[in-house]
Amino acid sequence: MIKLENISKTYGSTRALDSINLTILPHKTTVLIGPSGCGKSTIMRLIVGLIKPDLGNVYVKDEMLTPINFFTIRRRMGYVIQDGGLFPHLTARENVFLIAKYLGWNNDRIRMRIAELCELTKFPIEALDRYPVQISGGQRQRVSLMRALMLDPDIILLDEPLGALDPLIRFELQNDLKGIFHTLSKTVVMVTHDIGEAGFFGDSIVLIRDGHIIQRGTLVDFVRTPTDPFVTSFINAQRSPLESIGE
Amino acid sequence: MTCRLISYCRGKACYALTCSLSMVLFGTGLILPLLFIANTTVALSATEVKVGSKAFTESVILGEIITQLAQSEGAKVKYLRQLGGTRVLWDALLTGEVDIYPEYTGTITQEIFAVKNIRDEETLKKILAEKNILMSRPLGFNNTYAIGMKEDVAEGLGITKISDLRKYPKLKFGFTNEFMNRGDGWPSLRRAYNLPQKNVRGLDHDLAYRGLESRSIDVIDLYSTDAEIRYYKLRVLDDDLHHFPEYNAVLLYRSYLRERAPDALKTILKLEGRIPEKTMIDMNAEVKLGGVPESVVASEFLKKNLSITTEPKEETFLTRLVHNTLQHLFLVAISLAAAILISIPLGILSHRKEKIGHGILGIVGIIQTIPSLALLVFMIPLLGIGSAPAIVALFLYSLLPIVRNTYSGLQDIPVGIRESAEALGLPPGARMRLVELPMASRSILAGIKTSAVINVGTATLGALIGAGGYGQPILTGIRLDNIPLILEGAIPAAVLALLVQGLFDLLEHVVVAKGLRLKGD
Ligand SMILES: Nc1ncnc2c1ncn2[C@@H]1O[C@H](COP(=O)(O)OP(=O)(O)OP(=O)(O)O)[C@@H](O)[C@H]1O
Ligand SMILES: [Mg+2]
Repeated sequence: MIKLENISKTYGSTRALDSINLTILPHKTTVLIGPSGCGKSTIMRLIVGLIKPDLGNVYVKDEMLTPINFFTIRRRMGYVIQDGGLFPHLTARENVFLIAKYLGWNNDRIRMRIAELCELTKFPIEALDRYPVQISGGQRQRVSLMRALMLDPDIILLDEPLGALDPLIRFELQNDLKGIFHTLSKTVVMVTHDIGEAGFFGDSIVLIRDGHIIQRGTLVDFVRTPTDPFVTSFINAQRSPLESIGE
Repeated sequence: MTCRLISYCRGKACYALTCSLSMVLFGTGLILPLLFIANTTVALSATEVKVGSKAFTESVILGEIITQLAQSEGAKVKYLRQLGGTRVLWDALLTGEVDIYPEYTGTITQEIFAVKNIRDEETLKKILAEKNILMSRPLGFNNTYAIGMKEDVAEGLGITKISDLRKYPKLKFGFTNEFMNRGDGWPSLRRAYNLPQKNVRGLDHDLAYRGLESRSIDVIDLYSTDAEIRYYKLRVLDDDLHHFPEYNAVLLYRSYLRERAPDALKTILKLEGRIPEKTMIDMNAEVKLGGVPESVVASEFLKKNLSITTEPKEETFLTRLVHNTLQHLFLVAISLAAAILISIPLGILSHRKEKIGHGILGIVGIIQTIPSLALLVFMIPLLGIGSAPAIVALFLYSLLPIVRNTYSGLQDIPVGIRESAEALGLPPGARMRLVELPMASRSILAGIKTSAVINVGTATLGALIGAGGYGQPILTGIRLDNIPLILEGAIPAAVLALLVQGLFDLLEHVVVAKGLRLKGD
């Protein structure tokens, strides 16, 4: 579905990614995880075509990403950034239908699609006409998700979608998200810091450090057959204090 | 200057500069057709004689006399009163925007043709004729520089001529700044008379008179027809070494007036030899000290001396206000509209292309540092006098705040917002229209507001080059030392600036999206 082939990317003197090869399987959820600054967001930006690799190619559905097919390919992907990235000058509803309106959808079709999305993401319809500053953080993430899903893309990219939320809302959204992914059977790429969240969502987890892929597999693989001592220390660093009480 | 800038720069930066410069020029080009229309509407009314005068009372009175004389022959006259100084009038005469104006022989030889070192009238006439300009015979008075003291002080010390000053090295001199610097001013006067005084200050003419009154200075320079000579009881010292050149008043006019308005010209030239020094001092005094309007003084002169009856036309306060307001709004509206149309694209370009952006911001920044008066005067050789050069100058002045605010407004959009718009699959044009410009709208509007307020203020200077507006009464007020007249321009200008500000505050509610105005409550 998505293939990164021998990708390298440097920012000035920072080597963000070094010869990355990565294939993202269709209809599965792939989670990118790793310490801060390891290059997760950079991979997401490359897939969307927001930045160009120094070396290597990105393929989406066997099409190589070039400036010519950017716009059409992007419309087959939904991208949710870390803080939601909602447009503050537009209401929740306007944020969601912006691209559809640009593409010339008629009002009925837009209205129906928004109703569907509200149900799917459990967003209260009456809050649709509020501006981003007037809704809660969790609701903002739901609007972001609706915006990404508006054109019913095959691919959904989420860069730390639950980063800034409190644990309860986070838990609720995790469940909702998983439900949505399950229902829609989309190809999902998700970035997270949290190994628990990675295990919860990921059919496949990719652990990255300093622009290199360290290991790819399920959470069980990471625990049972780590390929590098870093894998174990990364997992152990995130063990919950509750676990140690249970021991 | 900009040309030199371009030849200095190399490669990409050069491209950037050329690019932005051509945008600015393009903008100027955009205004010109508008100005053309404005100018032709004036031309359509078939003005036959365009009279000019400099920004001091004597010149304004003479201009008024010429105007009324031409009108008495039925000619259509346009009187451009109190345009800046010699440079402005002379250039306007060369380009035919002014057909006739009063000048002084000394000014022509010492200032206009300073490099040519003209010795006699024949040579002068020849040089003028090459430029299709004719000079009348002298009008009768010599308004030269003179040196003056209080009558009683001079009497006490026994001073009657300039060479007497040598005996009193302690005397305090206060000269106008112009006199301090001119070729025939203080430096050469000191040399010619070998004057020993060390206490010499440069100051404003009106302040000089007050200084004399308060005895903080003893000796000043003056014009020999100044109204104040009589009022302040001054003694004009005899120029016993004939240092000062003659400043005989004459009329300079375009030779085509002989064909275009022969009768009017003939009548105007009746003034030759008809205005003796005493008459001119009286007329100056009536206007400056008596508060009589120039047109009335001119009309009385014509009745008494040439037996020509004219009707002095003085606008009432209200028509004057309406007239000035319309002219002012015209200057501001056109220059600001053009500036908005050009600056926003320039700001967008600066944001999109970093290198070009540096060039653009640099150039509009440099334009802003040119003193406004200088910028106006630069425009005269290119566009003549009147509203055209004023509008172009105001346009150039209005660029920086809008370009800079457009640029910074776009630059300040958070990366996440920018990337979200891109990731949605919106092409660059749609991103700019639907996301980036609305997000930058507040900053852009603030830039326009700043430009508009500066523009309203700066437009008052337009009067110096004949563009009219609120600067007109301010200039007259300064010239006549008449505070109410100054306020007649200054107050409406301030009110207009406030109105403009209020208008933009209201506009903010329309232009800036509600989501950006909410404070997250
Ligand atoms: N625009 C940029 N200019 C310069 N360096 C950058 C830029 N974007 C990212 N980097 C650097 O590239 C490296 C990878 O950044 P990236 O944003 O991909 O990290 P990340 O894994 O998403 O981190 P986090 O979990 O903190 O979001 C970091 O060292 C970062 O400082
Ligand atoms: Mg990141």
